[in-house]
Amino acid sequence: MADRLLELGNVTAGYGPTHVLRDLSLSVAPGERLAVIGRNGAGKTTLLNTIMGLTRLHGGHLRYGGRSLDRMAPHRRNGLGLGLVPQTRDIFPSLTVEENLLSCLRGDATLEEAYALFPRLKERRRNGGMQLSGGEQQMLSIARTLMTRPEVLLLDEPLEGLAPVICEQLMAVFEELAKDGTRAVVLVEQHAEAALAFATRVILMANGTIVHEGPAGDLIADKTLLHRHVGVGIDP
Amino acid sequence: MNRRLLSLLLILLAGGAAYLLFPYNLAFLTRILIMIVLVLSLDLILGLAGIATLGQAAMYGAGAYAAGLFAIHVWADPVAGLLAGAVAGALLAAVSGAVLMRTQGLTLIMLTIAVAQICAEIANRARGVTGGADGLRGIRPGKVLGLWEFDFIGITGYWYAFAVMFLVFLALAVIARSPFGLSLRGIHESPERMVAIGVSIYRRRLAAYTMGGAIAGIAGALSAQITQLVSLESFSFTLSAEALIMLILGGTGRLYGAILGTVIFMAVHHVAAANDPFNWLFVIGALVLVVVFFLPRGLVALPASLKRLAKGGRHAGS
Repeated sequence: MADRLLELGNVTAGYGPTHVLRDLSLSVAPGERLAVIGRNGAGKTTLLNTIMGLTRLHGGHLRYGGRSLDRMAPHRRNGLGLGLVPQTRDIFPSLTVEENLLSCLRGDATLEEAYALFPRLKERRRNGGMQLSGGEQQMLSIARTLMTRPEVLLLDEPLEGLAPVICEQLMAVFEELAKDGTRAVVLVEQHAEAALAFATRVILMANGTIVHEGPAGDLIADKTLLHRHVGVGIDP
Repeated sequence: MNRRLLSLLLILLAGGAAYLLFPYNLAFLTRILIMIVLVLSLDLILGLAGIATLGQAAMYGAGAYAAGLFAIHVWADPVAGLLAGAVAGALLAAVSGAVLMRTQGLTLIMLTIAVAQICAEIANRARGVTGGADGLRGIRPGKVLGLWEFDFIGITGYWYAFAVMFLVFLALAVIARSPFGLSLRGIHESPERMVAIGVSIYRRRLAAYTMGGAIAGIAGALSAQITQLVSLESFSFTLSAEALIMLILGGTGRLYGAILGTVIFMAVHHVAAANDPFNWLFVIGALVLVVVFFLPRGLVALPASLKRLAKGGRHAGS
């Protein structure tokens, strides 16, 4: 298995003519747990959107499993094994929970897998997407992406606006998803504590570029690093 | 009993009741059934996939001319004629859709109108084949399934159109609940999200447009076989616009809305035009205004709205 499943080299990207990411290089290994931390506007969401092909690539290159992604349509990237859970969740409001999941069913994926991971969704499978709480919507959004069998799961601030108990449940699910080492998980989070507890490697972003990269243990050991690089902190 | 089965049973009963209650209006009832098929095709395209079109008559007309010519020159079997109409509608939709589905909004609407106008002009110019402005005549469909001959009163035509409408409805109900149909609704509601989960919006929209074209072609073929005439009006903008109004009236994206909207529109049209041949459009206009203002989800949402209203009244009273 290649040690670099996903590779970004000197990527400059943004929306229309605007450059948000600047000369950013990054690689993700198979089964890796990577956390991306930064303040609002640092370019974290743009990074994930660029990996999925949802932004304009102004320079640099992206490769996945040795294949160039530079000119590949977003839906084909998902077919290769990239799966994004967007910050906005984007639940289809007129569809029930079950229909939301069925709309993305791919290959041998089954609804039971989703329900095993999120039993709450099974209880609410006949409810409309917009009848769900924020936490349930996030579960549905994650489960829906998992229906496409991603090898690299890109999670964009999945804990945002959720109650602590739901955050704990979701973090336990991320652990479960990453534990067999076959699926890489890229977790973009502002909750630095939760992200560091989950990840093995961390990148810190500011102004569209990576300002620090290293093992999560380094940031846990030296709590000033986070504050120094991106101006966010964790409890001492 | 399962609600879906009950609804299907209701449609069957309504078909039977209409036949028994209005035995002298079978031609009109058959026209309603043909329009329902056309509006159902629009519901797949607009209601499920969110493709705005004002040119559905293009595929309807293509299906009508194809079935008419097929009956005259190849084989008079009605079912084979329906298939010819479906293929013609699907082909036109696939070819035009290959370009149209790359556009959206106003551009798309204008282009769909343009396609229908081009088809009408081609049919007009190809007088030797289509009969031009005089229409295509001499269509003599054979017996339905080799058993039932089209009769003067219109009994065979009515039940034939009803059976086709019912089968189209069933097929669309299955499609709407399939992962494909659900993904169309997903595209309608959040195209960016569907792209991110690996769905090619263009291909799905083209597939839906082609399917809708096939169904519109079936509606056109039905019309050609039952009226035994195809005119340039089959491609008319009015037909596309009326189909759209019927769908909006009934409610988009739920199939039942297509049936309800068509029946109400055509019944009101029939009665209003008979009472006042000059001002009947006022009645239709007022009806559309009332529905759009008070029932933006269409007449199909009326029971739920009344229920909510009753609940609100009870709360206010308690």
